[in-house]
Amino acid sequence: MPSSLGYAIWLLATLLEVAVVVCAISRNCFGRYLCLNLYMLSSLFVSVARYGALSHFGVRSGEYWYLYYYSDAVLTIFLYLALITLYLHVFDEMKVEKYVRLAAVLLLAGTALFSYGVVHQSFQSSGKMLAGFVFELSQNLYFVGLVLTYVLWGAILKLRESRSQLIQLVLSLGVYFSAFAATFALENMFPNLQFFAYIVPIFGCLLPLAWAYAFWRLAPDARMVPARLAVVPR
Amino acid sequence: MATLIFILSAAALLQFFISYCRSLIASSIKQPLSAEVRDVTGIPSTASGEDFVRVIQLLDLCPERPEERGRIRAINAYFRLLNFVRSTLARIIPALVAWTEMERGQCTYFAAVTLDRRIAFSRDMLAQQLDV
Repeated sequence: MPSSLGYAIWLLATLLEVAVVVCAISRNCFGRYLCLNLYMLSSLFVSVARYGALSHFGVRSGEYWYLYYYSDAVLTIFLYLALITLYLHVFDEMKVEKYVRLAAVLLLAGTALFSYGVVHQSFQSSGKMLAGFVFELSQNLYFVGLVLTYVLWGAILKLRESRSQLIQLVLSLGVYFSAFAATFALENMFPNLQFFAYIVPIFGCLLPLAWAYAFWRLAPDARMVPARLAVVPR
Repeated sequence: MATLIFILSAAALLQFFISYCRSLIASSIKQPLSAEVRDVTGIPSTASGEDFVRVIQLLDLCPERPEERGRIRAINAYFRLLNFVRSTLARIIPALVAWTEMERGQCTYFAAVTLDRRIAFSRDMLAQQLDV
């Protein structure tokens, strides 16, 4: 069972997810960033379902294990779709919406095929292969998400995008994806380290915290000078 | 492979973190400081990195606003990162000295703007209590 600290971080993350949706609704941003808010809502429902499975079946049960990894894969796909909608926001004046959507679907299918290829030879029984595929897809999508966010950030700087709220949503997503990708890599390098049990849920709190702030504090039409954001001064 | 992914992810994390902190600072940089905060902090028109610790100490004296907690921590971490760069990399690359100094000054200005907001917030709370 998770420790008291583990439960506290879990509860904090769930409350922050609620805060994102509440802030977005109160600032009339819910529809503008619909996919981001739907991701937060689905993450909230998943938290509740996981808590239910944990308290009914226990942390070592197959039910909880399957629910955890399958829901994680679904949430990662939702987050991927939320990232694609941020692309649509950045490129909305260029009228390339259908190409972005097509590229997103192809990339998602490509990642799924690659993940299937990786797990295909490792697993013999179909049940285990599906579970392995779900885990592999989730990890690969995090890395794809990081690369896509990096590309989007480059596009923001290149196109001199100046919408403060959009910029902060993208940057916080970049911090989230890169923190997770680095943690996954560290976990593979040092599988026996215990601190991952806490560091991953703490990272999970950062994204809703940053999004809640962006929705609450920044007006949708607030602008900033994009050159100020580049690490290398322009 | 895991090492390569870790290095790339850590580099991306660092860049996103710096840009995120700069976006937080940029959203407050246009806000002028009140005369009161200028007097208290001793910041004239441009803030210096040397004043950051003092402004943070002043901030700690004011009642905290929950929505600011995360931002102050992020800017505090960014300021420490800048200090680290200043005492290590900037000794090898002198051009970084001016850049880190400018960034440190902007961190101080951000903290001063936050102090200004906290003072106004405390004043509002006091006024509400007096009304009751």
